[in-house]
Amino acid sequence: MTSQPHQPLYAARTPIFPRRVNGFFRRFKWWIMAVTLGIYYLTPWLRWDRGASLPDQAVLIDLANRRFYFLWIEIWPHEFYFVAGLLIMAGLGLFLFTSALGRVWCGYTCPQTVWTDLFLLVERWIEGDRNARLRLHKANWSLHKWRLRLSKWAVWLMISVATGGAWVFYFTDAPTLLRDLLRFDAHPAAYITIAILTATTFIFGGFLREQVCIYMCPWPRIQAAMMDPDTITVAYRDWRGEPRGKHNVKNRRAAEAQKAVAEAQAAGAGVARYAGTPYPNLPATPAKPVAENAQGDCIDCMACVNVCPMGIDIRNGQQMECITCALCIDACDDVMARIGKPRGLIDYLALSDEPAERAGAAPKPLWKHVLRPRTILYTALWTLVGVGLLYALFIRSDIELTVSPVRNPTFVVLSDGTVRNIYDVRLRNKAGEARTFRLSLTSEDMLQIGLEGRDTLSVTVPADTTVLQRVYVSARAGDPAASDDTTPLRLWVEDVTAQIRASKATTFNGRGAK
Amino acid sequence: MSKRKTDEVTGVETTGHSWDGIEELNNPLPRWWLWTLYLCIFWGILYTIAYPAWPMISGATQGVLGWSTRANVAAEITAHEAANAELVTQLVAADMPTLPQDADLNRYAIARGGAVFRANCSQCHGSGAAGAKGYPNLLDDDWLWGGDIDAIMTTVRHGIRNTLDDDARYSAMPAFGDMLEPAEIDAVVEHVVSLSSSDFDAALAEQGAVVFADNCASCHGEAGLGNREMGAPNLADAIWLYGGDRATLHTTVEQARFGVMPPWGPRLKEADIRAVSAYVHSLGGGE
Repeated sequence: MTSQPHQPLYAARTPIFPRRVNGFFRRFKWWIMAVTLGIYYLTPWLRWDRGASLPDQAVLIDLANRRFYFLWIEIWPHEFYFVAGLLIMAGLGLFLFTSALGRVWCGYTCPQTVWTDLFLLVERWIEGDRNARLRLHKANWSLHKWRLRLSKWAVWLMISVATGGAWVFYFTDAPTLLRDLLRFDAHPAAYITIAILTATTFIFGGFLREQVCIYMCPWPRIQAAMMDPDTITVAYRDWRGEPRGKHNVKNRRAAEAQKAVAEAQAAGAGVARYAGTPYPNLPATPAKPVAENAQGDCIDCMACVNVCPMGIDIRNGQQMECITCALCIDACDDVMARIGKPRGLIDYLALSDEPAERAGAAPKPLWKHVLRPRTILYTALWTLVGVGLLYALFIRSDIELTVSPVRNPTFVVLSDGTVRNIYDVRLRNKAGEARTFRLSLTSEDMLQIGLEGRDTLSVTVPADTTVLQRVYVSARAGDPAASDDTTPLRLWVEDVTAQIRASKATTFNGRGAK
Repeated sequence: MSKRKTDEVTGVETTGHSWDGIEELNNPLPRWWLWTLYLCIFWGILYTIAYPAWPMISGATQGVLGWSTRANVAAEITAHEAANAELVTQLVAADMPTLPQDADLNRYAIARGGAVFRANCSQCHGSGAAGAKGYPNLLDDDWLWGGDIDAIMTTVRHGIRNTLDDDARYSAMPAFGDMLEPAEIDAVVEHVVSLSSSDFDAALAEQGAVVFADNCASCHGEAGLGNREMGAPNLADAIWLYGGDRATLHTTVEQARFGVMPPWGPRLKEADIRAVSAYVHSLGGGE
């Protein structure tokens, strides 16, 4: 059935040489690149005054001391649900944007896209645009080629080192670490992290590029579940572009010539003698009438293919490889402007508009595509989690306690028959100075409270630390709580100076406890 | 080799393999993926040379790096001990009754003592130190031989009623089954019950009080409040080591009890003895 040569089981990567392009989306992408890279590289250097005993770095993941600082917020390990909540919001946000606008994450903000874009910028700057790079790629390894390649790799490497370097600054005081790094006496973990991230940045941004998106990243597969025909995505209006072909230009010129002839004939016999001269190589009249020879707007100039960083042809329809970077839109709009056609042959559009557009009707308004049950649901869930996190953030207290009842054994009987329960209470002081906490309990029954190793009910907790205090609650022999199964109680901790209170409910086991 | 052909729908060549008419398309995998596989195999071979891997008849190959989990643990323990050397020195030199005043050292001692307790003491006294029948509960306020830190340390160091340590705490309750009539034992049991309960036979207890004064009071005291000098339990409180019901008390009087604890001085380091004593002292009954 076929006579073509057998396909190999493994294919070498086909190098891609994206051409430079100008236009609205390219400019937009430059801005996004500047902002995202700016945030990444500069954030560790922002300072935030938290007082003498706490670090002054605005964003700091202090793994050694188990703290996460974000501006005025300080998160302790037991409050990790804030981070989990933010990750859930990021996930839902990704769902929302994908269902509304397709793979905008991939096309604009994914680190792989942003760094590849940056590496391509360097590549273009050193080796030239698409044609020059193609020639260089095919050229033998001359001194010239070595010089260009080595300087490109050197700049890439510098960017990679800066990328890996910026990462470690998030985990410790940035100015101190930079000084230590330059003196070669920083912790080996810092150097190893920088080395690994330098290698991944260099290889992923410089050489693997689209291979990461196509073969490594799971997101292109997952996103299919988020997109539907109403999703606004980058697509080719084949009903407008097809049938494509270069002869389109020829026909256009023929039509112009025909028109010129008609005008000349209308003007008079004397002028008609010169009718053919503007197009000496073309027949003076088209082979067929212009109306019958109607062609699509696509002139098959390959501009959309040449600018594509993924090396695909958007005119083949929706493809898994497409990251919707929208550069083909810019490239095509540029060509349409030059041949005098309206923009948008390749454009952001919803595939559900195809029948209407094919019939010549106007597409649905944008908001009707974006406002769908699923986008509304994603927005609602996203908002719910966000409001929940904000609420949790604002009701956070500077003091906290956790109560772990010691249930081995469930209760202890003292020599006078008193029944005693033991609770391990962790008192957290999140304030910047030492605080004295007073413990107390409330219960409907007669219960007494006492602290191990202390005569009073006060505990002084140093700044930004947790103190573990063994607390005894007892019921005298005759009291109901001593013989009952369980009795509810509430342990209170009060900051004597700041007048803040916090409490935790727990239970007391009597002799009746199983 | 099967004849290759092209799938009509996709225009992609098939591998030629067919299962019930379902054919496999040949979309070529990137070549770097193949190289990654080879690299992993190569890495795997290097790994088995560097680390213990290949099973032999009497063990596995040791690996050229000489890596061993046991050696790593030993090194970690050594490093940990070196890091705590200062605290250990302080603990060994510390005046134990005033230890709680040094918050950091006290916290270290209790944490270390907890580990020592779970490894060496929990087999008898329980992981929560609540004891069991015959093994004292260390959480309550009743102590046979004393509950201040020095008394606890002495008990830990020398043990109780053992033959291994000459300084072990020692006392022996006679088995009264040879000396008293069963009726007398019943009476003295009733008297002992009366010391801590309101539910008893007054007439029988009165007879028992005489037996008690003649036979038991020398160790347990006239009021039955016990004597820490000889580890004689307080019989008037709510705590019973072997049980406070009449049948158990009868057995105790008839056959006597002889609880033994080994000496820990020869087995534990000085710092461990101090630490575990501080831990026990901090459990709720420390005096």
